[in-house]
Amino acid sequence: MTEETLTKEGLKTQEYFVNMGPQHPSTHGVLRLMLELDGEIIKKVIPHIGYVHRSIEKMCEKDSYRQIVHITDRMDYLSNHMNNEAVCLLVENALEIEVSDRVKVIRTIMSELTRLSSHQLWWGVMGMDLGALTTFLYGFRDREMINDIFEETCGARLTMNYNTPGGLMFDIHPNFQRRVKEFVAHFKTKLPEYDALLSDNVIFRNRTEGIGVLSKEDAISFGVTGPTGRASGFSNDIRKHKPYSAYDRVEFKEILMETGDTFSRYKARILEMWESLSIIEQLIDNIPEGEIQSPAVKAVIKLPKGEFYQSVETARGELGVYVVSDGTKNPYRVKFRSPGFSNLFVLNHLAQGYKIADLVAMMSTIDLVIPDIDR
Amino acid sequence: MYNFSALTQSIHQYLSEAMSPLGAKITEMAIIGLVLIAFVALSVMGLVYIERKVAAFFQLRVGPNRVGKWGLLQTLADFLKLLMKEHIMARNADKFLFNLAPFLIVTAAFLAIGAVPFGLGLQAFDINIGVFYISAVSSIGVLGILIGGWAGNNKYSLIGALRSGAQVISYEISAILSLLTIVVLAGDLQLSAIIESQRDGWWVFKGHIPVLISFVIFLIAGTAETNRGPFDMAEAESELTAGFHTEYSGIKFAMFFLAEYVNLFIIAAVGATVFLGGWMPLHIGHWQAFNHIMDYIPSIVWFFLKTGGIIGIIMWFKWTFPRLRIDQLLVLEWKYLLPINLVNLLVVAFITLMGWHF
Repeated sequence: MTEETLTKEGLKTQEYFVNMGPQHPSTHGVLRLMLELDGEIIKKVIPHIGYVHRSIEKMCEKDSYRQIVHITDRMDYLSNHMNNEAVCLLVENALEIEVSDRVKVIRTIMSELTRLSSHQLWWGVMGMDLGALTTFLYGFRDREMINDIFEETCGARLTMNYNTPGGLMFDIHPNFQRRVKEFVAHFKTKLPEYDALLSDNVIFRNRTEGIGVLSKEDAISFGVTGPTGRASGFSNDIRKHKPYSAYDRVEFKEILMETGDTFSRYKARILEMWESLSIIEQLIDNIPEGEIQSPAVKAVIKLPKGEFYQSVETARGELGVYVVSDGTKNPYRVKFRSPGFSNLFVLNHLAQGYKIADLVAMMSTIDLVIPDIDR
Repeated sequence: MYNFSALTQSIHQYLSEAMSPLGAKITEMAIIGLVLIAFVALSVMGLVYIERKVAAFFQLRVGPNRVGKWGLLQTLADFLKLLMKEHIMARNADKFLFNLAPFLIVTAAFLAIGAVPFGLGLQAFDINIGVFYISAVSSIGVLGILIGGWAGNNKYSLIGALRSGAQVISYEISAILSLLTIVVLAGDLQLSAIIESQRDGWWVFKGHIPVLISFVIFLIAGTAETNRGPFDMAEAESELTAGFHTEYSGIKFAMFFLAEYVNLFIIAAVGATVFLGGWMPLHIGHWQAFNHIMDYIPSIVWFFLKTGGIIGIIMWFKWTFPRLRIDQLLVLEWKYLLPINLVNLLVVAFITLMGWHF
């Protein structure tokens, strides 16, 4: 690894390797990046993963379909509602069950709230990675309101397990609509503050514009999805292309940027927050009446023999669930196509020739959640 | 206005009567040293507390509020904790240099604080090259950072130390050049003479726009010299974990911490002295009545108000701005601040020559 070579002057020299992680402030978890450096300039990034590998896919083979939903919370813990939804949708589609409109709308609102809270946390952490420590607390201030809403309805703040195959765990809390509307009104005044504090800051612009450009072709060939891919112009929003739940009845824009640099990845997420707010506003006042749990789903779920695939748009990109069923109550094989895994491996391609500080900024805009990568 | 030299004179007289001239000299030195050390220890604790409260205010938090009334003893508790912690040293670290670095950086900070005029007649030594002296000794501190980063045998520290070396040496130039504009205007390097030259108004007000420019540059360069955000390249927590002091623990780490805050105080004190008149009250031209009222406020209060104001601004920087990248930092210095500063110095020299300032 660190082979010694001789320079022209006859001096011993070797590659300068730095282990960034598994304990490092800006890898946000136990990701280990081996950096091959030339001074401060990065020559190569080698990601080492698996520090929080819990063999979730293997665990799923032992569990019933109702139990699998719970495990998915532990993958991308910032998009837990969407993860749950993916498994639930898969089971419902396989059994050919139609859930009520009420469930669809509530699921959509919950997913968008989760997306907002994930992006808020990302925004706070992004500022912190670039050295603006104050943004972190601002992001958390607004995220707190969403967590309170979740706590009231789901009884938990992080691993909610709110979706079940065929519906929802409970009906929404009577305060739900009022508090969501309060939050939307509050956050609409705070989102411009985000721009004022970071997006329009000259230092921030210099740190992000033109850095780590990912072309559309590369985004497609690396399988980079989510806001990270859309910032390069790669149209991949599952909510638009394969609408699920109530996404076909709301109007929203798929945010597509052109440049694909760190700043456009940043801006894509900020604009996505506006879209999420608009989706919630369209739905919150017309939650239709209906049952919250479909009676067609039995206590022990047995999928028909065959292969099933369902993808949803999480806060990080396309989450795919692939299930091979042998007709029993446990799946034969489960595979999660997690967005973080594909997005991580574009880092080496992006970071070459840039500095350590740029790598931190890129890593931040790719928005990695390590348990999602390792599973 | 109370002149502190009356107090120091009486102490000197008492000591001279009690012992031989040499003994009196040594005793005086010891007293000054003790007073300065006590002052530094107290002020750093105060600054750390204030910084944490300021940060909490910016970040919608409460800040320390558990130890003592309003959390006032939190810093003391933290200091005691650091004092009792184990000294850890990486394998293959250079022992001698590793232990030397914290002392070097603290010594540099202490050397500079001796020349700071705290009030009328309250200055440990008033040499005739005061500005030059402070700039010179405070730049020794970078040696401590470089040695500390090298000796720890850690790759992050080494990168942090090299960054810091490039940064501090570059920004030293800007800091000194911006101080030079005032030296040109006042016609003296002695700090007491610079303060005296602001008897009828501070240089920020008297010196037209060029002095304002050099004041702003001094603030930027001063922030960079103390290695504070947005110029905390040497530490760069999110990039280099803790930069040059990654390997330090316990009281040695505390010494780096101490030096950082002493340097912050010195930069603010020098800025206040040179640009804002130091302990000199706010005097406006020939408004005799107004000037008399201002004279009733003790000189030491004026000094600490101004210094505190500058410290507040520097803290505001840190808790608002993202960090620059190392190459952007150097571009800012060599391509923008330095040329502006040089032109500015010429303009000020011209103004002084023509006598256009107030």
